[in-house]
Amino acid sequence: MTKEEIENGTADMEIDQRELMNGERSELNAVPDGFNANYLKVYYGKLFPHADIFKWMSYGNDGKHPGCDESYFGRREFSFTLDNDIYLRFQSFNSVSQLENSIKEKCPFKIDIGPVYSVDPAKRHAYAQSGNNVFTPVEKELVFDIDMTDYDDVRYCCSGADVCLKCWTLMTIAIKVIDPALRDDFGFNHILWVYSGRRGVHCWVCDPKARRLTNEQRSSIAEYFRVYKGNENSQKKVSLTSSALHPFLLRSYKVLEEFFEGNLLSNQSLFSTEERYEKILEMIPDESITSELRGKWQDNKKSSISKENINVDRWKHVKKILKSGKQKGQGLGKCVEEIVFSFSYPRLDMEVSKHMNHLLKAPFCIHPKTGRVCVPIDPNHCEEFDPTAVPTLSKLLEEINMGGLGTDDDAEWDRTSLGKSIRFFRSSFLQPLLKSCKEEIENSYNAKLQHSKTSLTW
Amino acid sequence: MEIIRSQRKPVHIDVVPTLPLYRSAPPLEVRLEDFELYAMDRLRVLKGIADGLSRGKKSEEMKNLADHLWKANMRHLDASEVVNKDIISHFVLRLVYCRTEDLRKWFLSMETNLFRYRLLFEKAEVQRALMAEFDLPYRAASNAELESVKEGLKQVAQSFGQPLAADAIFYKVPFEEVPELVAGRRVFIHKGYAYIAMNQVVSLVSTQFRSHLSKALILTNRKWTSTIREQEKDRLTPIVEALCSSYLGPDYSQPREFAEISIKDIDQIAKSSFPLCMRHLFEKLREDHHLKHGGRMQLGLFLKGVGLKLEDALAFWKAEFSQRVGSERFDKEYAYSIRHNYGREGKRTIITSAPGVGDHHGCPYRHFSEENLRAALGKMGISNRAVEDVMDKVRNRHYQLACTLTFEAVHGTSCDAGINHPNQYFSDSQKVLQSKNQSTV
Repeated sequence: MTKEEIENGTADMEIDQRELMNGERSELNAVPDGFNANYLKVYYGKLFPHADIFKWMSYGNDGKHPGCDESYFGRREFSFTLDNDIYLRFQSFNSVSQLENSIKEKCPFKIDIGPVYSVDPAKRHAYAQSGNNVFTPVEKELVFDIDMTDYDDVRYCCSGADVCLKCWTLMTIAIKVIDPALRDDFGFNHILWVYSGRRGVHCWVCDPKARRLTNEQRSSIAEYFRVYKGNENSQKKVSLTSSALHPFLLRSYKVLEEFFEGNLLSNQSLFSTEERYEKILEMIPDESITSELRGKWQDNKKSSISKENINVDRWKHVKKILKSGKQKGQGLGKCVEEIVFSFSYPRLDMEVSKHMNHLLKAPFCIHPKTGRVCVPIDPNHCEEFDPTAVPTLSKLLEEINMGGLGTDDDAEWDRTSLGKSIRFFRSSFLQPLLKSCKEEIENSYNAKLQHSKTSLTW
Repeated sequence: MEIIRSQRKPVHIDVVPTLPLYRSAPPLEVRLEDFELYAMDRLRVLKGIADGLSRGKKSEEMKNLADHLWKANMRHLDASEVVNKDIISHFVLRLVYCRTEDLRKWFLSMETNLFRYRLLFEKAEVQRALMAEFDLPYRAASNAELESVKEGLKQVAQSFGQPLAADAIFYKVPFEEVPELVAGRRVFIHKGYAYIAMNQVVSLVSTQFRSHLSKALILTNRKWTSTIREQEKDRLTPIVEALCSSYLGPDYSQPREFAEISIKDIDQIAKSSFPLCMRHLFEKLREDHHLKHGGRMQLGLFLKGVGLKLEDALAFWKAEFSQRVGSERFDKEYAYSIRHNYGREGKRTIITSAPGVGDHHGCPYRHFSEENLRAALGKMGISNRAVEDVMDKVRNRHYQLACTLTFEAVHGTSCDAGINHPNQYFSDSQKVLQSKNQSTV
């Protein structure tokens, strides 16, 4: 769309007329829900933050300092998924305009970000012929992917692709457990949490140390975070030793307990039916205890306790009996904790984190099934994040329409709901990251200079 | 290393303040006799460790066992030669154990265990020096640093079920250098640094030792097959090839005075102190008045080892055999080999020589069917539970352990050293019985 068309208002009418349903003429600005190439064209034309993504991926190598690595951005792999599921790998670009033009031209339904390779991915075949395997990943952010479908056995409000505020708590918990550990335990600082667009979250750890981790090291971090080990077949999927917990688990437990008791118990009605409480009883390896509880609850079916209280009460029974130490059965030591962990502890996709060459969806993409933007999440206020209120593609286009005429082309995003997200991305993540990168480039440049100076002494 | 036959020339090697790492064969001269003897001494240590591990000894016990074995076998009259013996014996055994995958695996495992136990006994300075050798330049955390993370360190220690020692040393290391410890949540991590306990450092150093040795063994094997074996076929190769199967226990071929027995005692003693293999042979001999060659040899040597004098042996065998073949034939065909038995012999063959039809020698734990073995054990008067334990060892092919358990069940005492030889069974048995007699007097 040209500036002329906008000023004439003809561009807006084009959209409206193309998407009219049943011949009805809706409000001038209204844009029906949907996800398609036309919408995307507008999005990539006016809203998608190409320059921010470029600055991020350059990690300070913008050519303004003699210590910059001019080849850095060009060695990064991107991949595009086009309409009709055509998948283009090993896309690389040498400048922000190349990146922007390619996206606008190809209009990908999904953009993935891969590693930085030893050489420009476009030239990989030339190097492979030398036989020395010179084409290899050298840097990649440490990433985590947490998906709600991995929790299907412990959420009753939704299943499969659906997500609601009740089960979204599980994602809140995941962020509140993993984020502090990344900062306090591992010492990472430049961390970006992103809504995956439908039913999960992604985490990008961008410190230089993180980007240079080997597969083995990434694996060890993922294992450090792993507690849940199971599939549909194994009964006891969380197994904690009966002696004390590692400090990371202790710290996490405080978060888990708070949300389990204050939120999940009631929102998921974990004890309200026999089928549901049997699931929990299965986790208690002591027949006498489980039959005592079962007996108690079967009697209570007829009592007048309100539905909310039933879950809280029954959990109280469970805790009391397990902590009383009456029956010194085997494996009861950490049973309460195991139950809480089972229902709430984060479940990471291990494969995503372990491999340097894994490609992960770029932030600010639009999810094809929901039309929602993959916006950043503030870990410090993640309890307030509402996945059902995330701006959709159609809503953003409406907001553009309402924007009116004679406005500055460059900052159209600022007048939409996307503005908040982009501003947050810049202030809390991008700017501190770039500042630190520039410092690193300067320092290592000066160090090299120093080194060569001293080695030249006669 | 140069192997020489002549008088040993004194060689000075810098006193190494740390455990040797066996990085490369040192320029030492070794006498041919020492080549074999040093290796056998070290092999006793390694086999002792293997034995301890298969008996399920815990790490503290193993540490002490290894120390005991080392001191018992690896001493040298000349103090300055102790280190040389250590190094030379290791390199000789590399030649012996590089030759097949199984041998390499066993040697790698035992040498790494030995290294680890020795390292645990060393002072902190030595341990630190070794860390530096392996490019693991870990820095000890200062007291101030430890104070700030004390709570976390305590919790980690508790998660292993161990209390935190007040003066415990911790090393501060970037977390990415210890991925296994991080993955297993076996360390406290703070702001990108892992705090490693001393025994974990030992573990890390040992892992490095193991990986170096593993690579070295492959190279040694290549050199062995391509050059050394052929070059040394008249000198070192026969020694090397014999070393891993040689018997290392006490020499029972020279009977000792206190173990003398006479023919009139023999039935009684067979019931109380013979191991199952010998009991079986003895009973068969009494029954059939005959034994085939393998059985004659094993029982004959055993009896010699328990102190049966040559004249008594001849009388004993003659008494039995002449009932079947007549005394002239005995004198003509069998007496010679009995006299021959009283020459020098040191190879262990019981477990490996499989009995054929009509044979009764060999190890019953290995060759008897389950039924027959159970029956035989029952006849020795062992409880059902003990029989089950023995059968369990047999199923796992630990025949000597099975014999050891039998010993323990029959005598009601434990046998820490394990049974390695029928004569050892006998002499240990006699010791136990004698001490029992003494205590009841």
